[in-house]
Amino acid sequence: MKLKSILASAALAMTAATGTLAETTKVGFVYVGPVGDGGWTYEHDKGREAVVAAFGDKVETMYVESVPEGPDAERVMTDMALKGADLIFTTSFGYMDQTINVAAKFPNVKFEHATGYKQSDNVSIYSARFYEGRAVQGHIAGHMTKSNIVGYIGSFPIPEVIRGINAAYIHAKAVNPDVQFKIIWAYTWFDPTKEADAAKVLIEQGADVVLQHTDSTAPQAAAQSAGNVITFGQASDMAAYGPKPRVSSIIDNWGPYYIARTQAVMDGTWASTSTWDGIGAGMVGIGEITSAVPADVKASAEALRDSLADGSYHAFTGPLNKQDGSVWLKAGEIAADYAGPEGLAEMGFYLEGIDSEVPN
Amino acid sequence: MDLSAISPTLLVASLMVAATPILLAAIGELVVEKSGVLNLGVEGMMITGAFSGFAAAVLTGSPMVGFLCAAIGGAALSVIFAILTQYFLSNQVATGLALTLFGLGLSAMLGQSYVGIKPPVSAKLDLPLISDIPVIGPILFSHDFTVYAALTLVTGVWFFLKYTRGGLILRAVGESHDAAHALGYKVVRVRILAIMFGGGCAGLGGAALSLVRVPQWTEGMTAGAGWIALAIVVFASWKPARVLLGAYLFGGVAVLQLNLQAAGVSIPVEYLSMSPYLITIIVLVVMSTNRAKSALNAPAALGRVFHASR
Repeated sequence: MKLKSILASAALAMTAATGTLAETTKVGFVYVGPVGDGGWTYEHDKGREAVVAAFGDKVETMYVESVPEGPDAERVMTDMALKGADLIFTTSFGYMDQTINVAAKFPNVKFEHATGYKQSDNVSIYSARFYEGRAVQGHIAGHMTKSNIVGYIGSFPIPEVIRGINAAYIHAKAVNPDVQFKIIWAYTWFDPTKEADAAKVLIEQGADVVLQHTDSTAPQAAAQSAGNVITFGQASDMAAYGPKPRVSSIIDNWGPYYIARTQAVMDGTWASTSTWDGIGAGMVGIGEITSAVPADVKASAEALRDSLADGSYHAFTGPLNKQDGSVWLKAGEIAADYAGPEGLAEMGFYLEGIDSEVPN
Repeated sequence: MDLSAISPTLLVASLMVAATPILLAAIGELVVEKSGVLNLGVEGMMITGAFSGFAAAVLTGSPMVGFLCAAIGGAALSVIFAILTQYFLSNQVATGLALTLFGLGLSAMLGQSYVGIKPPVSAKLDLPLISDIPVIGPILFSHDFTVYAALTLVTGVWFFLKYTRGGLILRAVGESHDAAHALGYKVVRVRILAIMFGGGCAGLGGAALSLVRVPQWTEGMTAGAGWIALAIVVFASWKPARVLLGAYLFGGVAVLQLNLQAAGVSIPVEYLSMSPYLITIIVLVVMSTNRAKSALNAPAALGRVFHASR
């Protein structure tokens, strides 16, 4: 027992020593899906590769794929911290409490949690304003649908996804008052079988536009085999399914942020922050709008994109009512990011006109 | 809530597609169990078939080659089980479980570079005029190859078991291997062939998932379909027609719950998501309450080790 602990501490001391000698910064990434998902995790891993490309030998990265959002995530993070990680990115909403817990045990390790809202001294939060991209998708969807039925595959009923549904809906309705949203919750971020089934059912029920907030390309394949259905790439460009069904996409661009945060750790200037950037800052990209979209719709969608980018327009601008008819934003009022349940960060309600209920 | 949005025709058509992977695996396992062997490795053989079929289809660009390789892949994995249980007389339950774990791990390892790739599209039957007949057209004449292959296999197995000499021998081996042996039948050979047939069917079922229903490859994508296939064989009390019924029932519930959700039915979706599994459990419980009857239907030598010296 004694010998074991001596050995263990010796080993720890040695790793610490080599760590400081070589002056490499260790950066860990916890992924919710496989790096080959072609969507969310794929883009985070591209961010990791950007870090490697930017710092070369000065940085050492490690990652674990397909980590379930539960107690197991805590084990993976602890393991990374024990292996000497200086900075750990936990890249899914469901790692929120686990990140806070593990961060409390390792005060010298910096943590960065994606898409959550709990911050501490060594936990930064970062997210992208995907809803800006959803607004553009909703705009195109409203114009393009002939059946006036838009299908939406949700992952989990969390603020990020609900925000996306609301943003897409109000911008679809703005150009097409008859539009109706049908929503299926898949209760997974990545399960091609479930996602494909959900897409097929939505199409069978008349949807000719399918939006997805899950990470695989399976809904794209389902839309392709169904024929006259359009889709949008989620998290990644999914250009392989263009020019149709995929007519545009939301592309997450994490590279610059990951490089900046790693640099901050190297310089010793890292501080706990809250970052929430959108199209303007380049964290959200709108993939090429393909030839399947008429030129005038493409032009108006790009105008919407540009107005969101330069800040002249906010995706949630009043007058907007909640689903029950009560006023959420007065005319001209802009939604606040952080205002408890009324703010965007914790949005848990649908807006007026969506004929469905948020599961609890 | 808008139930009129659910079209019964499309519901039936899509439940047939959703049920096909389980149906293929279950009809194969039925033959295996009829020969007196319990192979719990269906899940492992399915995922192996899903992967080998997907890889072959991507490499050659031909879905048919994919289906063929899926059947070969599933059968190849089942040969391991056959050798261990028939020559080395290992415990069938333990070997089957090991086969599932092995298949899941092997396919996950080999399949890493295939995640996110688009497979070639498998053609659907599209007969002019006939496929456009309302109701019947979408249900009967507009599916892909696997749906028809599964139905043909079910009919074939039913005919083989009921009306052919080979079927009689297979059943004899499954009911009493000692008696069949005494009559001069090659018990081990019959069983190995049955196991390989079961493996091939399970592999084809896996490919129906990775090449048609999804179509994509991810590790563990069978997600318990093999276990459901095993349950369906018991549910069907080892009768091919009832396997068809069981598989369609399961596929129907799985598709219906998504349809209800999209139609805005305000039942908590958690209940809808668990309903296919819940129904499987309930059916199995109901089946096994009548012990005398279910025991009558089970092949008498199911799971028992055969050695010619005894």
